Amino acid sequence: MLEDYLRNRLREKEILLMTHIVLGYPDFEASMEIVASMVLAGVDLMELQIPFSEPIADGPVILHANQQALAAGASVRACLDFGREAAARFPIPFLFMSYYNILYRFGVERFAAEMKDGGLQGAIVPDLPPEEGADYLQTMQGHGLNPIFIFSPATPDERLAYIASCARGFVYCVARKGVTGRETEFSSQLNGYLARCRRATNLPLAVGFGVTDRRDVDFLRGKADIAVIGSQTIRIVEESGPGAVGDFIASLR
Amino acid sequence: MKHRGYYGQFGGCYVPEVLTATLEQLEAAFNTARSDPAFWAEYVRVMGEYSCRPTPLTYAENLTRHFGGARIYIKREDLNHTGAHKANNVMGQGLLVKRMGKKRVIAETGAGQHGVATATMAARCGFSCTIYMGALDVLRQRPNVFWMERLGARVVPVNEGSRILKDAINEALRDWVTNMDDTHYVLGTACGPHPFPEMVAWFQSIIGREAREQIQRITGALPKRIYACVGGGSNACGIFLPFLDDDIELVGVEAGGRGIETGQHAARLSAPGASEGVAQGYKTFFLQDDDGQMRETHSVAAGLDYVGVSPILADLHQKGRVRFESATDTEVVQALELTMRTEGLIPALESSHAFVQAFKEAPHLSPDESIIINQSGRGDKDIFTVADAFEDPAWRDFIVSTARRYTNA
Repeated sequence: MLEDYLRNRLREKEILLMTHIVLGYPDFEASMEIVASMVLAGVDLMELQIPFSEPIADGPVILHANQQALAAGASVRACLDFGREAAARFPIPFLFMSYYNILYRFGVERFAAEMKDGGLQGAIVPDLPPEEGADYLQTMQGHGLNPIFIFSPATPDERLAYIASCARGFVYCVARKGVTGRETEFSSQLNGYLARCRRATNLPLAVGFGVTDRRDVDFLRGKADIAVIGSQTIRIVEESGPGAVGDFIASLR
Repeated sequence: MKHRGYYGQFGGCYVPEVLTATLEQLEAAFNTARSDPAFWAEYVRVMGEYSCRPTPLTYAENLTRHFGGARIYIKREDLNHTGAHKANNVMGQGLLVKRMGKKRVIAETGAGQHGVATATMAARCGFSCTIYMGALDVLRQRPNVFWMERLGARVVPVNEGSRILKDAINEALRDWVTNMDDTHYVLGTACGPHPFPEMVAWFQSIIGREAREQIQRITGALPKRIYACVGGGSNACGIFLPFLDDDIELVGVEAGGRGIETGQHAARLSAPGASEGVAQGYKTFFLQDDDGQMRETHSVAAGLDYVGVSPILADLHQKGRVRFESATDTEVVQALELTMRTEGLIPALESSHAFVQAFKEAPHLSPDESIIINQSGRGDKDIFTVADAFEDPAWRDFIVSTARRYTNA
């Protein structure tokens, strides 16, 4: 179970790291190389984004990666196969991240069956609020998969509790309003929000959106269980190639 | 937020969590306004004093004689301020923004009509205004960019995706999830997450409410059929919805582009190329590939060149209440030319799609019957696009010589 895995790890590490890559960017071979170096550098879990043509929750870096991957011909089939291979090769949990249309067109039941069979642990679907996801929730539960839901600073307490009641594995708390990849001020202003998140659920909390360096990760120690690094690793790969990822991850804690 | 905003199986509210609270706030403000008769009265008053409402219903006597069938009436949305039905929606949302106490508006625009309309509203209401526009559209529609900027709006070219309307919508949504505390997103059509389809259709229903009263006053009866072009679907929703319970046929006309068989079109409901999907916050028929990636679309009319369609219309299509047809670029230019020559009216290329289908059907109806065509916008404002569509050689020479003058200056 994902939650048990995270709790076991948290006995050894104060804070866990989750990284995000866009599959097929710049190509699938490079994607696998990046996964390998991230795992080697001690990443605790990973989200694998299946590219979509209309990624409304993503900022410029991940948006660009989505477009480039699609332009290079990344198909949903190839992404599912990649996930299966990664899960078989590396001893950490993998999640798929994508927009709902990808699951909807593939068939939610078929998609979940593929995930289960391929050894993936769950999915993050940022444009599927629980209200719209009754089929998805039932299917994920039926396959023993974790639907990862999202808290935001704009979410009132009552709704945090509702979302928590649908979530499994952990909850992804976006650190601020806006899209991925822009700067976040990790300051005491976040404390109140993170405390609200903590009160709303017993599940581990992941915090993402704008986590770029060790200082940000240090800030989250003791306040969150998982730091999520998304756009920044993509920037590193763009600037210095897949080989630079390992050192970057190692520098984070 | 429990399963609201569905029309049959279409619509919904598929948005990132951070937007949920904002959409709930918008929905509450809209519901309060809608249940307040004073709000609609204020809206009608503003549209009367700012945008020539009620727009006339013009009897097209010459076209009627030309086709020798049904009497043809034309609802003149082209006479709105800024030249299209877009004014209805933006002024309505402007009044709502005042109620919500927000100070900034953002909007997407394709051809630029909705952007210009939003910029006028922002100027009049004293809001700061940012318009997102695909970089390709910025290149193609400089005159509208010129007006938006002169009206005080900031126009942001969007260099992501296919650099057209859908990409501008995505970028506007990204701005909104960052700045929703003081910013309202003036979505331009009856699409997107709930409550936008319902709200935009409600403001636009002023078209059909007027037309219903006018046609009965003029002819003593309801029309046999009503024709409207369908891009996102707001002018069609606007004229159709007040007639929904009447025994008349409603016909939506989509962009057939270079022909359905070429794949270069924007026909989502009138041809089998589209399929159900979820994007840009709502569920409807999209032109997409098997994986669910959105496809490129084409139309001579930029305002119809969109991958999705109003969930309200998708539902009315599925229920068989609205019939959907398509018109090719070539047919559209012919219909525009005929309308100009016989009636002296200049419909926009978008609106001319509705004229194409009406012209195909009018001869088969009886002179005792009447039909209404919604002229959603005026074409003379889009002289660059229309002159291109007509491939007018003298116009081209004029542009070339003007360019030379600028180059030498």
